[in-house]
Amino acid sequence: MSIVYDVIVIGSGPGGYVTAIRAAQLGFKTAVVEREHLGGICLNWGCIPTKALLRSGEIKHFAEHAKEYGLKLKGSISADIEDVVARSRRVSGRLNSGVGFLMKKNKIDVIWGEAKLTQGMVGGKSVQIIVGKPSKLAMQPQHPVPKGILGSGTYEAKHVIVATGARPKTLPGIEPDGKLIWTYFEAMVPQTIPKSLVIIGSGAIGIEFASFYNAMGTEVTVIELLAQIMPVEDAEISAFARKQLEKRGIRILTGIKVDKVDKTNSSIIAHVEVEGKMQTISAERLISAVGVQGNIENIGLEVLDIRTERGCIVIDEWGCTNVPGIYAIGDVAGPPMLAHKAEKEGVICVEKIAGLKTVHPLDKRKVPSCTYCVPQLASVGLTEAKAREIGYEILIGRYSFAVNGKAIALGEDQGLVKTIFDKKTGQLLGAHMVGSEVTELIQGFVVAMNLETTEEELMHTVFPHPTLSEMMKESVLDAYGIALNV
Amino acid sequence: MPVKITMPALSPTMEEGNLSKWFVKEGDKVNLGDVIAEIETDKATMEIEAVDEGTLAKIVIPAGTQKIKVNSVIALLVEEAENQAMPKQMARPSDVRGVRMFSSPLARRLAAQAGIDIASIPTSGPHGRLIKRDVEAALKGENNAAFAAKSDSAVSLALSDDAVLKLFTPGEYEIIPHDAMRKTIASRLIESKQTVPHFYVTVDCELDALLELRSCINRAASMKKTDDGSMPAYKVSVNDMIIKSVALALKEIPDANVSWLDSSMLRHAHADIGVAVAIPNGLITPIVRHADEKSLQTISNEMKYLIKRARQRKLKPEEYQGGSTAVSNMGMFGIKKFSAILNPPQATIFAIGAGKERPIVRDGSIKAATVMSVTISADHRVVDGALAAELAQTFKKLIENPLAILV
Repeated sequence: MSIVYDVIVIGSGPGGYVTAIRAAQLGFKTAVVEREHLGGICLNWGCIPTKALLRSGEIKHFAEHAKEYGLKLKGSISADIEDVVARSRRVSGRLNSGVGFLMKKNKIDVIWGEAKLTQGMVGGKSVQIIVGKPSKLAMQPQHPVPKGILGSGTYEAKHVIVATGARPKTLPGIEPDGKLIWTYFEAMVPQTIPKSLVIIGSGAIGIEFASFYNAMGTEVTVIELLAQIMPVEDAEISAFARKQLEKRGIRILTGIKVDKVDKTNSSIIAHVEVEGKMQTISAERLISAVGVQGNIENIGLEVLDIRTERGCIVIDEWGCTNVPGIYAIGDVAGPPMLAHKAEKEGVICVEKIAGLKTVHPLDKRKVPSCTYCVPQLASVGLTEAKAREIGYEILIGRYSFAVNGKAIALGEDQGLVKTIFDKKTGQLLGAHMVGSEVTELIQGFVVAMNLETTEEELMHTVFPHPTLSEMMKESVLDAYGIALNV
Repeated sequence: MPVKITMPALSPTMEEGNLSKWFVKEGDKVNLGDVIAEIETDKATMEIEAVDEGTLAKIVIPAGTQKIKVNSVIALLVEEAENQAMPKQMARPSDVRGVRMFSSPLARRLAAQAGIDIASIPTSGPHGRLIKRDVEAALKGENNAAFAAKSDSAVSLALSDDAVLKLFTPGEYEIIPHDAMRKTIASRLIESKQTVPHFYVTVDCELDALLELRSCINRAASMKKTDDGSMPAYKVSVNDMIIKSVALALKEIPDANVSWLDSSMLRHAHADIGVAVAIPNGLITPIVRHADEKSLQTISNEMKYLIKRARQRKLKPEEYQGGSTAVSNMGMFGIKKFSAILNPPQATIFAIGAGKERPIVRDGSIKAATVMSVTISADHRVVDGALAAELAQTFKKLIENPLAILV
């Protein structure tokens, strides 16, 4: 073994690869270990390919409603699922090779295989990892393995950052089999469009697949254990979204536990308890979307006594684990399990290692969250319930898509922008949106929140007309009882 | 246009000060030269006089505010006619500040609600921007009785205030808040004692010749007519002669007339001597500049003036900052000998004990002589043992052969 790296990042997901680039920018000799696909779940089996699928669904929906816009379509529109999936894979593949390019450009070594921590920083020595053959088969179809990679062996670094991400959680008795019971992996590359589908779990993953398959013509039933879908979102927004989803034909059952799932040759039967009575729901396929769990196994955490809690590595505000020289960021380091949170944690971690004076811990309350179902959801900060629970005296502003010019022109007049202010200080505590393109709007509020604006500056800000963003301003005005266009 | 009254800089290096008192209130008419407020720096108290006439429209910084940055607006004055037109928004200090201070809107609002000036809060945001957590930290600190001590880490003790209070019975003590001088003494001396490697050399000096010379000099003073009759033009003290001797000793041993800098060492061309003056609830060391070049009479008169101003707490920072050495004299209290803590950037300090008749052995026989023990504390980073010894010997020689200090 010839060189000791400054930084080795285990995992090249959105957290890991960005961390590696920032480390390289800071002048660190950097390597990233990957066992399956550059870009991780996000680029290959998560955020990105699902957005491609949802876009196909959206275009299909537009085409089906072309008449409403005065357009005549000859014949009918139908999905060719093989091509829909192929497009999704191409989108993913393009970004996957993009990550490879970024690694090369930043002179980051890519080590191919599965990493295991074997030695901490003992007596001033470096942290050691052994990279071996992957313990599981790569998910198919796999993008080509990049060129110029390093292989199995022992590697050393002064700092090792664990960014191994997360994988689907499974419920006992409802284990995915890849055929009838899917996780997001199989749900992303269907060979046929199932006629009917049960989705257990109504978080971002479950709801996005519900929207996609609904658009593809599948009869979708979503089953949620808790009382509201997308449980982390503001209750009012969640309820609004639920109505819209139901309007599109998605059946939603909340507060319901799936007792067990029986399988036949070509279908599943979910046994659920509704108001004390047992019922069964049959469908061709079932997607288990009951959350994700950190990938903490087989990476040598036990050997080095690295502390974990509730399936995630325990870190401080800089990403440090209890073992010097070993850090963790992203999903494996705990919720919220979001790509952009992982990326920011990684940057903070290496900037702290580099001793930058401008680095500050991440304020998780200012991490936005986006769900790309139809209608979309986007939020940042406290929900109304949480703000009240903390004890804030709050002002709430609401503005409806139904009275926004741009929304009406787009034919997207169903949505809501809700803002929550601290009455005492005017601090923007939370912003919650549901409706068309809100995932692109939320960042306005995120910036505002990070700059610590009060309602006053938001009111002073000029929003362009005609845009959906005008609703953000009106919502702020409404919180103070002076909305102009209501 | 309202006239801005700003925090004055009492010295070129002064960055901030405390506003201890307002002598006028909003709505008062102010004439040119009226004393309107009192400013307290780390060692001095200064009165601010009005340089414009008008009505005090707004007190921006309330009395008792600490650490106000120089040039921040502390009050607004309007000419009589425009008093009515005084806009309400002027109440927000950040809007009228001469130097732009970056702060988040939320931080400004929190500070305004708490009634603290944003200029008084240490910032931690990007490019020195004041953000919410800074204001929250400041508020948390101010609610705590130990705020002043905590804000200055150099003064914080191993035991917390609460821990100390627990050791005593409530009602059996009185809590006296620190004033600015007490805090400065604490932080400066802790810093000195913790960061400067001190060592000490003591030498005994026979004083009889010097005492004899002093009475000759004072007898020779011409009489000056005053309202209360007549008084001598000067009255040189032993301490004045010690100041001069210290100055000449340093001049003779220039290697000891130095200051430590992290990057280098300063060797001073002149001997500027700080003289410790005890004042009620504290002490201060005004500086006799270029004491090596000044006559005893000049030194004597200058000292009298400095001591008077020190007791009135009227010294300006340039009158007590700097110096290449210091003299601390406890002879008048009958102290035989003691050692003093250095006052950086000074590399030495002379601790002067009482001159007392002591038996001395000379030429094999015991004689009586007036002897004074002097202990020099030295900063070992720049003054080594042999050098300190040489300085002590030179000083002793001057004290014992005092005609040299008249030359």
